[in-house]
Parts: sequence; C-alpha cells; structure tokens
Amino acid sequence: MKTQPPNSTETLLEASTQFKVVRSIDKNFRRVTFGLAIGIGLILVWITYSLLVIALPAIQTFGLGFLVDSTWDPVKNIYGALPHVYGTILSSFLALLFSVPLGVGVAIFLTENFLAPKILQPIALTIELLAAIPSVVYGLWGLFVFLPAIKPLFQGLNHNFGWIPFFSTEPGGRQLLGASLVLAIMILPTIIAISRDTLTSLPPKLRQGAYGLGATRWETIMLVLLPAALSGIVGSIMLALGRALGETMAMAMLIGNANQANISWLAPASTLSSLIANQFGEASGLQKSSLFYEALILMVLTLLVNIFAQMLVSRFQQVE
Amino acid sequence: MVDTRTDKESIIKTDNVSIFYGAFQAVRNVFLDIPKNNVVAFIGPSGCGKSTLLRCYNRLNDLIPSAKVQGQITYNGTNLYDPRIDPVEVRRRIGMVFQQPNPFPKSIYDNVAFGLKISGFQGNIDERVEKSLRKAALWDEVKDKLQASGLSLSGGQQQRLCIARTIAVEPEVILMDEPCSALDPISTVQIENLIHELKEKFTIVIVTHNMQQAARVSDKTAFFNAGADDGGSRFGYLVEYDDTRTIFGSPKQEKTQEYISGRFG
Repeated sequence: MKTQPPNSTETLLEASTQFKVVRSIDKNFRRVTFGLAIGIGLILVWITYSLLVIALPAIQTFGLGFLVDSTWDPVKNIYGALPHVYGTILSSFLALLFSVPLGVGVAIFLTENFLAPKILQPIALTIELLAAIPSVVYGLWGLFVFLPAIKPLFQGLNHNFGWIPFFSTEPGGRQLLGASLVLAIMILPTIIAISRDTLTSLPPKLRQGAYGLGATRWETIMLVLLPAALSGIVGSIMLALGRALGETMAMAMLIGNANQANISWLAPASTLSSLIANQFGEASGLQKSSLFYEALILMVLTLLVNIFAQMLVSRFQQVE
Repeated sequence: MVDTRTDKESIIKTDNVSIFYGAFQAVRNVFLDIPKNNVVAFIGPSGCGKSTLLRCYNRLNDLIPSAKVQGQITYNGTNLYDPRIDPVEVRRRIGMVFQQPNPFPKSIYDNVAFGLKISGFQGNIDERVEKSLRKAALWDEVKDKLQASGLSLSGGQQQRLCIARTIAVEPEVILMDEPCSALDPISTVQIENLIHELKEKFTIVIVTHNMQQAARVSDKTAFFNAGADDGGSRFGYLVEYDDTRTIFGSPKQEKTQEYISGRFG
C-alpha cells in the first residue's frame, strides 16, 4: 500500500515489489474457491447417489406403482407413497392458498405509503422475527394453542358445509387443514419479505409515471407495480412452496400421521417428510429402503418446483 | 417581488405561491401565468425551485408527504389545491414527461394505451394509439413491433414513447421536466421539433438546464434564481418572466443578463 506520491527516483520495477505477493494471493484464492464450488456439487451428487442406492430395493420391488399405492404395512412388507404424496401436495397447496393473497397484500401495504414509517418499522421487524421461530415451536403452539382455538370453526365448517366433500368428516384434534394453516403462517414471512423487497426496489420513476398519467393509487399498484414486480413475487411464492413441501417437524406434530388419502381436509393425513420423521428410528430392510424412496420423491418434487420457478421467473423477465 | 402576470388568456395562474418541504422554503412568492397554447420555459441554476414549481402544477408534489403549497394555483379558473379537487383528475388534464424516460415494463402498445384504459376511454384504442405515436414522431420506428417491450427502445425513443403516452389521453397542458437531459443531441433535436408541433394543440411548460434549448423552443421564458435570506437559508424565486426574445435579447434584470451570458449558474 503506497499512499505517497510516486517517487521520481524509484523505478517502476522497484515499486512493484508487492505485486508478487498480491498475485499469489489471487491465485490461491481462486484455487480454494474453485475447490469449494466443486465440493458443493460433489455433495449434491453424493446425496442423490446414496438416496438412489438405498432406495433401489424398494424401487425394484414396487416400481412406479409405489406412487399410487396407499398401503404402508411393515408386517406384510408392502409399502406405497400415495397418502404421503397427496398430503404433501395438498397441505402445501392449501398453505399457499392462504398465505399468497395475505402475503402479497401485506407487502403492498408495507411499501405503498399506507403507513407512517414510524409504525412501519416495528411491523416489518415483527414479520422478520416470525421467520426466525423454529418449526418445533410452531408445532407445539399449533398443537396446544392454535388448533384447539380454531376447532369450533372447523366444526362449523363440517356442520354447515359437510355436503362439500372437503369438509365431510368430523374434525379431530389433528388434521390436514389445521396443519396447513400453521404451515401458511410459517411461510408467510418468506412471501412478505421477498415481495416487499421487490416492490421497494422498483424504480420510483415507474410510480411517478403512473401517477403522472392520472392513475389512482390502486391502478398504479395493480396495473404497473405488481406486473413489474411479478418475477420477484413468483420467486417468493416458489421459495415458500419449497419450504412448505419440505417442512417436517411442525407437520409431523400437527397433521395426525394417518396413512390415508382422504378427500376431506378435516381428516388426519400425513406427508412425505412427516412419515420419514416418524418411522426412521425403527425402520430396516425394505421399509428403510421405502423411506429412502419417499425421500427421493420429495427431492424430485422440490427440484421440479425450483426448475418451474426458474422458468417462470425468466419468462417474466423477458417480458420486462 | 416583480409581478409578471400577463393579460393574455392564461390557462394556469400562479398567484403568490410559496412551496415548503417541512420547514424549508423551496420556492418563494412566485407570480406567473401560463398563456394557452404557448411553450413556457423555466430556466435557472440548480436548486432554484423550477422543477418543484412544475410538479405543483399537476399535484405530483402530493406524493411527498412533507411538501406544502401556499398561495393559489388556478387552472382554468379553478383552484388546483381546493380540498374538493381530486388530484387524479388534475393529472389527467395536466400531463407530465419526466427527466428520465420511464416507460412501463409493458409493450409499446400497452404503454400508450395505459392512460386510455384507466380513464375509461370509450373510443377506438388502436386508432388513438397510432395517432399518439404519429404525433410523437415515433410511429414509423415502432409500427412493426408494437408488442415489443417499451424498454427495448433507445433512450430517445423511450422519451418519445413517454410523450406519446402522455398525449394519448389528450391533456390540455403538458409539463416537461428536463425531458432531454438524459438524451443524445440527435434525440434532443427530435424532441425539440416535436415540442414545436405539439404547441398547436397543447400548452407546454418545460424545465430545462439548457439555455439554447429554452431559446429555441419557447415563447416565454421564466428565469428563476436561488437566493439566501439573512438567516442563510436558501430558497428559489422568480427573477424575471417575459417573452423569450426579450429575456435573451434585452432582459430587464441584471441577474438575468448575468445568467444568460454564462457568468454564473
């Protein structure tokens, strides 16, 4: 580090003494980061490979029929993943159904000058904190506080709308809809935080342009800002979906772990991850292999969601 | 303060207007009337409040919570800041073109049609879009790619798209806030030619840093300057407002003479 002006008696070569060190630091840094980058890729390959190897007996025994079979019988050694795939997808879908409108709405509310900054900061902070709560805490709270509290609502749904298949069973303490609601609360901060960041990062000139043309606040939001922020909002939803699909602890505690694919949302169910969490301890042989098969399905499912998200986001960016 | 109101038919009257941001006074005691179907240029050094005043003409300063307007601005005889006036309606009659071209991330067609759609335009949208693009001297360049994104155009084309978008809703007045400052010389000439043509139908108020531009495009010129009071706080004020020929030929105020001959600013 030379901060003095160049000395005229010093030659260019003499002044370059540090260069060798700088160059070697550069070179080594590149080697280390390159190695780490390769390492991460290798770990991904390793995980996928070992899942495949251990799941292989189950794959050979049940084939793709595993996906549409709802037996899970360790005594007869017959296994199928249908209830778990069904529970995973349905609970995530229901969670999104609640959290997307709410999350995007809150993000709009937090960015478009509806509130004074003084009130805004604590609210934004609270939302970020919501994301920091461990899922086991959500599970415990859901089981002992939230589900008992909204049980009357579920009973009302069953009594008044029982003719709709989705509400056709008497709600128990633990069931799919209740678990999905807690899941919705868990993924809400992801949607809010990323949608909010996208909305605040839109150039102010976009807002001014819309207002300058005589757009009302809602026209500006609905017709200009939301379309412009769509890629970020879709991205946030996909991230939230990824989390919802893989969420284990809270689901294992709340969904009831029933091995059934019931049309009714008020019936207990199970998910891929809750099943694995419940059974890995005593599993061996084909059962263990089947659990790995389920893990593989879960991985492929989240992978598909991610690829789909990337495709959506890049398509919206092209439109922009 | 010099009272520079004119007797000609004025579409906007600025009557003793001061503008504040919180406790800070940005513009002090401006009297200035905009005659119909004229181009009026606001010139002056940075921080003299010319853009601030411009933004008050279509109530865009409402978006800044601390901004406050004192005095009276009337548009066709109606007080713009009457509490019963909906600022959205003001902006539909008094359009604005900004310093940075700001097309929406939508197609060229949708950019121009945006204002029509939100104002519940009943006529033929296709026709109006074409007419507006023609008037903005952009039609020949984009007629084959109306569905392409507005952001795919060059800076000068984007600015003309923004002008097309503004004139599509047929406002009476168009405010231009340094519309050429982000553009190259060729695009600047195109916009200036456009301003000459638009004058037939619209009243234009243009803020510019470029004195030659003001001399080229405007009928009347207002020179603003930044002053400081005894307490040292700065504010903008109107020095002189007259026909452009007079301002650049034989200004009455010494400050104006100094500014246009390039001695400060």
